[in-house]
Amino acid sequence: MKRFSLFPYVIWMTLFIVVPMFLVLYYAFTIPTETGATWSLENFGRFFEPIYLRVLGRSLRLAVISTVICLILGYPAAMVMAGNAFTRKNVILLLFVVPMWMNFLLRTYAWLTILERNGVINVLLANLSLPRLNILYTEAAVVLGMVYNFLPFMVLPIYSVLSKIDKGVVEAAGDLGANAFRVFTKVVFPLSLPGVVSGVTMVFMPALTTFVISRLLGGGQFTLIGNLIEQQFLVVGDWGFGSAISVVMIVFILLSMAIMSFFEGEEKDVALW
Amino acid sequence: MSEIIVDLKSVSKVYDETVALDGIDLYIRKNEFVTLLGPSGCGKTTTLRLIGGFEQPSGGTILFEGRDITGIPPYKRRVNTVFQRYALFSHLDVFENIAFGLRIKKLSEKAIKDKVKKMLEQVNLEGFEKRDVNSLSGGQQQRVAIARALVNEPEVLLLDEPLAALDLKLRREMQHELKSMQKQLGITFVFVTHDQEEALSMSDTVVVMQDGRIQQIGTPVDIYNEPTNAFVADFIGESNIVDGIMRKDYLVDFSGSSFDCVDFGFAKDEAVDVVIRPEDLVLIPAEKARLSGTVSSVNFLGVHYEMLVESDDGTSWLVHSTLMEPVGTRVGLGLEPMDIHIMKKVSSR
Repeated sequence: MKRFSLFPYVIWMTLFIVVPMFLVLYYAFTIPTETGATWSLENFGRFFEPIYLRVLGRSLRLAVISTVICLILGYPAAMVMAGNAFTRKNVILLLFVVPMWMNFLLRTYAWLTILERNGVINVLLANLSLPRLNILYTEAAVVLGMVYNFLPFMVLPIYSVLSKIDKGVVEAAGDLGANAFRVFTKVVFPLSLPGVVSGVTMVFMPALTTFVISRLLGGGQFTLIGNLIEQQFLVVGDWGFGSAISVVMIVFILLSMAIMSFFEGEEKDVALW
Repeated sequence: MSEIIVDLKSVSKVYDETVALDGIDLYIRKNEFVTLLGPSGCGKTTTLRLIGGFEQPSGGTILFEGRDITGIPPYKRRVNTVFQRYALFSHLDVFENIAFGLRIKKLSEKAIKDKVKKMLEQVNLEGFEKRDVNSLSGGQQQRVAIARALVNEPEVLLLDEPLAALDLKLRREMQHELKSMQKQLGITFVFVTHDQEEALSMSDTVVVMQDGRIQQIGTPVDIYNEPTNAFVADFIGESNIVDGIMRKDYLVDFSGSSFDCVDFGFAKDEAVDVVIRPEDLVLIPAEKARLSGTVSSVNFLGVHYEMLVESDDGTSWLVHSTLMEPVGTRVGLGLEPMDIHIMKKVSSR
């Protein structure tokens, strides 16, 4: 019975995960010849050309910046939400979640109209006779888009861990002589690390691989690794190279997950929500 | 008498609409083992949390060695707490849990090591330094919690039902250990419990509380032998409480007869509560007794039998005796004047 009920999922996973993975690996490790294809590492060799390494570097840099900003903005927000002062926790939580119900593309397009030359912000600034703000199609706009889109993924796991910390532990720290700052650095923050780790993971991964945000808000000037992959498949038609970059990406993601789980230590129950 | 260390003056605490503490006055002397005893919701934990500084009183003042500490946060009070569910730091090992307060005080590494080591010996946890606190048993976690508080050498140690989660045997052991630690260290202990046996066996002073008010303060012997009202009598040990009428000084009517007693100072024909401990009722032949009835149930409890005797006026009397009479036997209940405790009726709230 158990085996039988698993059957549909096995088919699903084979068709949509295992087979595509093998296709990607196949294209990455072969180059087309007149008679068919031959095994080669040429695709990977190309990736290590300076121009592509620069793309990788930029992707990593923007992803790290966005993740750090999300953490700096998200941690205090999660703390406020988990704290006692807020009686309307659910409302705040809802405000964080509601944007996630809307299409990701729509949300990013919305920023386009807010930031553009004659957009909401600049009209407002002009009315106040202040200088225009031209951040659209800059790296700043890309980072803004990433932070905006991925912030809830940072706030929610941290909130979830913080709200589960026993109030008694906080009181005990105070009782033992720790002031509010010490209580935070010595007890609350260390106990919230699993939430931070899963928040960082959930922001860093999509930030590293996004291509929509950089194309819309970066105006295509800032090719990220995601854009590069997209181009290879949809514009250039070089599936082999596109697949090779994807494989490199997968390796990067697995690596960062390994690093994260190292920081997580022996904490087993990491709740995303 | 040694000096007063903690002094609560008409302290009250109101949460939203509910009154948790209704203006209590209580002082605690140095080196005293004080137990706050009462049913849940009586205000005993609130009192402890006010002394610890986790809550602020809605009214009244709290003095510590004569200085007003109302409004001073917990981390500035020379008081440490053992929490009910231990509240250990799960991200730290046993050593670091105990060292927490010392590290905050920035003691030298060597001093910390020495103090923690001594404390571990005190609570019989030598060799547990590197253990993960989550891997310890309830009793061991409790010891860590006690060590973590005591290592700071507080003036007053507050214990919030610290033994509630332990099984009976471990409880007994810990009761003895706590008591001997308190004597040895000379620290004032304020202990909260709802277990009257625990309160009687450990304390120098017992404070019986109910509905946010102090019902009685006294030594365990006083509280047991001379309860001030029916609530205390009922809560501390088992009691027979019946309605009576004080005919005149030294004479009380209940259960259809008049009895000599040792109480006086009541109004003529005042309605009173008559409290008789089950162990003070003696089984005697029915014809010799003023109070007699039929045994309706017998329960063997090890040291003694617990019997219910239905007297002729319909009252059930709880009797503890090493002798047993089978169910249905007609027995008399003998009692001495000094075993009859007369109490003023408390207006029921």
